[in-house]
Amino acid sequence: MENNNDKLILGGHEFDSRFILGSGKYSLNLIEAAVKDAGAQIITLAVRRANTKDTENILDYIPKNVTLLPNTSGARNAEEAVRIARMARALGCGDFVKVEIMRDSKYLLPDNVETIKATRILADEGFIVLPYMYPDLNSARDLVEAGAAAVMPLASPIGSNKGLATKDFIQILIDEIDLPIIVDAGIGRPSQACEAMEMGAAAIMANTALATAGDLPLMASAFRKAIEAGRSAYLSGLGRVLQRGASASDPLTGFLR
Amino acid sequence: MENQFFIDSDELSKEALERKHRLENDPSVRTNHMEYMEGMDIIESDICKKVMSQVEEYDYDSFTAKDVVAALGHETCSVRDFMALLSPAAQPFLEKMAEKARVQTRNHFGNNVYIFTPIYIANYCENYCVYCGFNCYNKIKRMKLDMNQIEEEMKVIAKSGMEEILILTGESRAKSDVKYIGEACRIARKYFRMVGIEVYPLNVDEYKYLHECGVDYVTVFQETYDTDKYEKLHLLGHKRVWPYRFDAQERALMGGMRGVAFSALLGLADYHKDALATGLHAYYLQKKYPHAEISLSCPRLRPIINNSKINPLDVHERQLCQILCAYRIFLPFAGITVSSRESATFRNGIVKIAATKVSAGVSTGIGDHESKYEGKESDNSGDEQFEINDSRSLNKMYEDIKSMGLQPVLNDYLYVQ
Repeated sequence: MENNNDKLILGGHEFDSRFILGSGKYSLNLIEAAVKDAGAQIITLAVRRANTKDTENILDYIPKNVTLLPNTSGARNAEEAVRIARMARALGCGDFVKVEIMRDSKYLLPDNVETIKATRILADEGFIVLPYMYPDLNSARDLVEAGAAAVMPLASPIGSNKGLATKDFIQILIDEIDLPIIVDAGIGRPSQACEAMEMGAAAIMANTALATAGDLPLMASAFRKAIEAGRSAYLSGLGRVLQRGASASDPLTGFLR
Repeated sequence: MENQFFIDSDELSKEALERKHRLENDPSVRTNHMEYMEGMDIIESDICKKVMSQVEEYDYDSFTAKDVVAALGHETCSVRDFMALLSPAAQPFLEKMAEKARVQTRNHFGNNVYIFTPIYIANYCENYCVYCGFNCYNKIKRMKLDMNQIEEEMKVIAKSGMEEILILTGESRAKSDVKYIGEACRIARKYFRMVGIEVYPLNVDEYKYLHECGVDYVTVFQETYDTDKYEKLHLLGHKRVWPYRFDAQERALMGGMRGVAFSALLGLADYHKDALATGLHAYYLQKKYPHAEISLSCPRLRPIINNSKINPLDVHERQLCQILCAYRIFLPFAGITVSSRESATFRNGIVKIAATKVSAGVSTGIGDHESKYEGKESDNSGDEQFEINDSRSLNKMYEDIKSMGLQPVLNDYLYVQ
């Protein structure tokens, strides 16, 4: 990063990178590319995948200097999410947890009500809670009040690569919520990641966009550059954008004395 | 051509043979297959009506190439699109269907391919299903493992590295009661991360009990959704009751199971209609229980002991591939399992397109894992349900999946009660 003081701060921990690798479509190549080429310092880990025997334990493949972000995927309600989070801590995954609660196996849309409940319980237990949510301002405020360390709204349906379908609502969260807003799910291209960062998102989480790319390392490095470019643009303050037509060369209110 | 299912064993008594022949030849001696037997739960559900009304009206010959092209062009696959993709008009578009299916599979599952193995713990059966190796009139070596034997078998399987297991029995409540199955599942939980069952259909409280024993996945094959055909193939026993079987997945979800699997046994009846019914059954149940994890299987008829000529008739590999692509495009989020009934070549090809789960290290016999996995001599095992077609071990399957650029996954699951 050009600006060494520009850190992503989550629960008191500082990160230089604003790219977070999501879970779901794991392969060992993906982890390698995310760390090496996208510069990821945080990698999400589905506890249900970590809960494995010796043959294929993802934990063994994640570099030690990378922060693990275990998620509660598979949880259908707050109670299950809390149990999975505690399991993650017991497995040695640290205090970070991404709360992910879905009652829908088709679209995998998050359940905000249960997510707020789980966030409250886990924050009280000392977890650094990053809740995945449907971008709704009231829910986001409840998450702040429940003790979340960041808010992670979805950009579009998970795995869809459709980009910022919820752009206007994410912008509202960025404007109104005093926590980092990490855009999660649906980011399919580096340009979409860049756009979210220009809007003021604190970080981007992606998985499918990389996992399904033709050349994984190349796509990982494209994401890194796009996120950095978007961040720089946000920090510099975007230039004026004309809404419709040109602005009048003579002021419309010029007749006023 | 029809399959010739009826085989007489020389061990049957004269009376037994006479009864068998009466069942085969005289429909009037058979019970009403649409009527519940005593003790069977009847649940309030409109799913059967929704599925069967559309299946009955399905005229697959009325679909044209234009319907198929339209279906392939739609972003969301409607029921009508699904019907078009299953129709004969879609056959020339198989490559296009495979391309679309592959994109959907990768979007929803990435490169992941899950591996599991089945274990048959008993092959006693009270039913006369004419195509099945376990049927009560077939002369095979019967066996039921006790808890020590089950534990030994599971240890051997777990040692191979397997983390997901599917427990199967023949359909005999008398020989393999729910408690027996439950105890086996408790043992399985000690050795495996995920335990599924494929046993006779149960009542809601029985599914609840088995869930408490560690089971989270229930597979029930409807065999065929054609009730008239079903009546002619399932001549005796509780399995004869078609509607009780249809509602099994819903009762399993009501009992707290996380996921359910569906299938027709392809080759028994009109496969277009059976495939449509399977897809719609899964679709409507997921709609009613949105949290449910849904998966589909696609078994084709295989030869059995004493009847090596049984075959899947008109469901050749191209038809099977068409069905699987249609399933994937209609239900992009559903797991699709392809078992060792299919050849290694077919399974290697279909995991690149639509399948997300395969079995490995398979035996459909009883108590023979030690001899199969470790080469120990044993004549103490029960006979197989059907002949398998792909005998790859876990290690071989794992390496084969990897060499195709896919990611083999042994466990992606957490049992949370």
